[in-house]
Amino acid sequence: MDLVVVRPEGLYCPVGDFYIDPWRQVERAIITHGHGDHARKGHTHYLAAAVGEGILRKRLGADINLLSLEYGEKINHQGVTLSLYPAGHVLGSAQVRLEYKGEIWVASGDYKVEDDGTCAPFESVPCHTFITESTFGLPIYKWQPQNEIFVDINQWWQINANNNRTSVLFCYAFGKAQRLLSGLNPNIGPILVHGAVEPLNRVYREAGVNLPHTQYVSDLQDTSQIGKSIVLAPPTAQGTSWMKRFGDYSDAFASGWMQVRGTRRRRGVDRGFIMSDHADWPGLQTAIMATGAERVFVTHGQVHTMVRWLNEQGLDAQGFTTEYGDEAAEAETHLPSADNISIESLVNENQSAEIEISEHVNINKATI
Amino acid sequence: MKAFANLYAKLDATTSSNAKLGALHEYFLAAAPADAAWAVYFLSGGRPRQIVPTKLLREFTLSVSGVPPWLFEECYQAVGDLAETMTLLLPKSLHTSNEGLAEWIEHHLLPLRGLPSELLTRQLLPLLNQLDQQSQLVCIKLITGSFRVGVSRLLVTRALASVADIDAKRIAQRLVGYTDLSARPTAAHYLTLIAPVSEAGDERMAGQPYPFFLAHALQIPTNEFQLSIGQPDNWQVEWKWDGIRSQLVKRDGEIWVWSRGEELVTDRFPELKVLVDYLPDGSVIDGEIVVWKHKKNNVDIALNIANIELSNVNQVQTFALLQQRIGRKTLTAKILENIPVVMLAYDLLEWQGEDWRSKSQSTRREQLQKIVAQCNQPQLKISALLTGESWQDLDRQRAASRNLGVEGMMLKLKDAQYGVGRTKDVGVWWKWKIDPYTVDAVLIYAQTGHGRRASLYTDYTFAVWDASENEAEPKLVPFAKAYSGLTDAEMREVDAIIRKTIVEKFGPVRSVTPTMVFELGFEGIALSSRHKSGIAVRFPRMLRWRKDKPIAEADTLKTLQALLPQASRTNDIVVNIDGIS
Repeated sequence: MDLVVVRPEGLYCPVGDFYIDPWRQVERAIITHGHGDHARKGHTHYLAAAVGEGILRKRLGADINLLSLEYGEKINHQGVTLSLYPAGHVLGSAQVRLEYKGEIWVASGDYKVEDDGTCAPFESVPCHTFITESTFGLPIYKWQPQNEIFVDINQWWQINANNNRTSVLFCYAFGKAQRLLSGLNPNIGPILVHGAVEPLNRVYREAGVNLPHTQYVSDLQDTSQIGKSIVLAPPTAQGTSWMKRFGDYSDAFASGWMQVRGTRRRRGVDRGFIMSDHADWPGLQTAIMATGAERVFVTHGQVHTMVRWLNEQGLDAQGFTTEYGDEAAEAETHLPSADNISIESLVNENQSAEIEISEHVNINKATI
Repeated sequence: MKAFANLYAKLDATTSSNAKLGALHEYFLAAAPADAAWAVYFLSGGRPRQIVPTKLLREFTLSVSGVPPWLFEECYQAVGDLAETMTLLLPKSLHTSNEGLAEWIEHHLLPLRGLPSELLTRQLLPLLNQLDQQSQLVCIKLITGSFRVGVSRLLVTRALASVADIDAKRIAQRLVGYTDLSARPTAAHYLTLIAPVSEAGDERMAGQPYPFFLAHALQIPTNEFQLSIGQPDNWQVEWKWDGIRSQLVKRDGEIWVWSRGEELVTDRFPELKVLVDYLPDGSVIDGEIVVWKHKKNNVDIALNIANIELSNVNQVQTFALLQQRIGRKTLTAKILENIPVVMLAYDLLEWQGEDWRSKSQSTRREQLQKIVAQCNQPQLKISALLTGESWQDLDRQRAASRNLGVEGMMLKLKDAQYGVGRTKDVGVWWKWKIDPYTVDAVLIYAQTGHGRRASLYTDYTFAVWDASENEAEPKLVPFAKAYSGLTDAEMREVDAIIRKTIVEKFGPVRSVTPTMVFELGFEGIALSSRHKSGIAVRFPRMLRWRKDKPIAEADTLKTLQALLPQASRTNDIVVNIDGIS
């Protein structure tokens, strides 16, 4: 029997009567991680990984009715044994393991197989049926190890700093920003952050993740240091008047989508650093095969491609029509312009619209 | 190779001309002359014959990457660039080759030409393994003949000028015909390009033309002409011919014909070769090659150009007819008879071996008329002058353009020198074009674009309503494809709508529920048996998005048919030149 099916509200477990990352309001929701397309407001009961609690309360409200589980901790709900395992995507991200009468299903949410040091690394969970994402489900997506990317980023920053030119690095505020921070070399210069990034840094630090010292752009006392600085800002800041303070800066964007030259050029930044919080093609293959699952459901991204490929590999694969990640793909190809920032374009790979907008407004007020 | 690949990456990554100029300058300063010679060749549009067919490269990529063909196609759709797709699918490699561009082209890549597929695969993999991803990309682009990067020839010229510290015009002069070299570009060629200017002066190679002087578009209302550009009297006015802009060079008892792309096209127009006996050495004439219906050769049924009014003496034919001829590899006697060309001369660049470009337009014109008259051959005709009392008067005459098969008028300042490229520093030429045809059409198919439009639905097929009697209900018939004219923001908006309205997939093409109407502009319209609608349009592009129009109010096939010029029913737009001059 199918432990998970698609309903108009989201992925649903009929035996346990609960949803996983539902996109409409439901009674009981298991949340795999805090990105806007997976964690939505208005559910009655939430269940999520303990490490992610801070993020969820920050994004969905401090008073949500949230039950948190340690990774690997098992609970029983209407005969379904339910547990969470690290997905390696962002802080608190989890795969959901369901077991019922010996049948095991795992829903991955979003995941990445490389250990990035800022969240618990992906753990392979054996199962009969695996529900996977496929954001970068094409063989053109192959990531470099992150330490190599950090060398490139620090080098870019160093060269700019030598020329007294601010380095502006666009990245998603939740997850990517903290991962980047963990790899920056603070000896090069001050590390400044946009208002959308710092609150999430705080949550990471509270969870025990070691990040270098950061400060708001407006808090930089010694303005002669501005040219030596690196600034982490969400992609939505690109092209806004907020950028004017940096004068003749060099900009870059860190995302898996930067793999393709066309996307890079469309972004209109000086540099594209190929760094993603999702698994690349080899990563997806390894993760899927390692579960030993014979049945695979593909939720979002390159669904059609991945399904066909897995079937050709001898697995029984099907697509699930969900509302995850579609915004991600579009937001990536759709560069928000200064005068036309739509809500859709703010809900992207790694951040929720709510935080993005409110923080953005705050910073503008702060500078007036 | 790596240096050139880095240059490519820099040019590709920026839209700033200054940044590009800087990158070019830096490259040329450091490059070995042999490498620079090839770099100039590729950057200014030179393309060697395809070294390896794309099909073979595709097969090679499939076998190396283990990716099935359908998955390769999916990747290609996402990337929007074939060479890049291949590069991304190849195994990662480190850059180990120290050899330069010239070495790579001459010793590694050119020898691949004509190899059987097995041998090619065996040789190509170890070659590509010596290059990093960036260099692989450039390398694949070079061998497929699809190398293209956003630099104009003018920019390359400026970079070379700054490296050589000589005038850019001089470089432009030396660069003419460079990409047409039947010989390979060598260090010696490059050194000649950037050599200091010698006192002896004359650097011209035997058949070399001059850089073409190009016109600017005049886009102001007619009633502002007087204020902006003065009296019509100051201007030499001609029709803007719709043919192939060319230079006719006669020196040392030989004749050369160069197209605007600085391609040597003498062999394609044998009828012009006859002029070798009638033009003195040291003459260079600028003009337009057009198809001309001479009086005595009238009808040809096969080409469907019957029903010519025999009373018309000499006639310019449509560009479509010229196209049929350029497309042919061999020119049969029949084609030469049925589609004969002439050159309509409009400028004189060299006379008696002397460079006349710095003389005034009117002086050049006067001499040109004498030469054409003396030559007295049907293959060389003068481009008639037009006169009008006022700009309004000329505008009225211009209204006849469409029927005459011309694109509007050319305005050339009478005291203008003949400049280099699209410049205005020594004189100006304006093109005063007629407004395009317009029609409101419905978007019915979409396809993702290439390059910076990869993964975005930017290439569209448009349809109009066909309500012919034998159809119960009007249906949409496609008649044009267009992909330019929208702003980036509009493109994203259209893309989002397309994603929501996709009905079916046909390979890379998506059919959509028709919801959007666009005003399309196009330059020409003709009957065509190749299109479902029976109509083909030239240079279609989107003029604006008619958000205000529901699809039911889009235009009909009848509207389009009404735009067909009377004469085009027989594929024949007529101009009576003698009547005009």
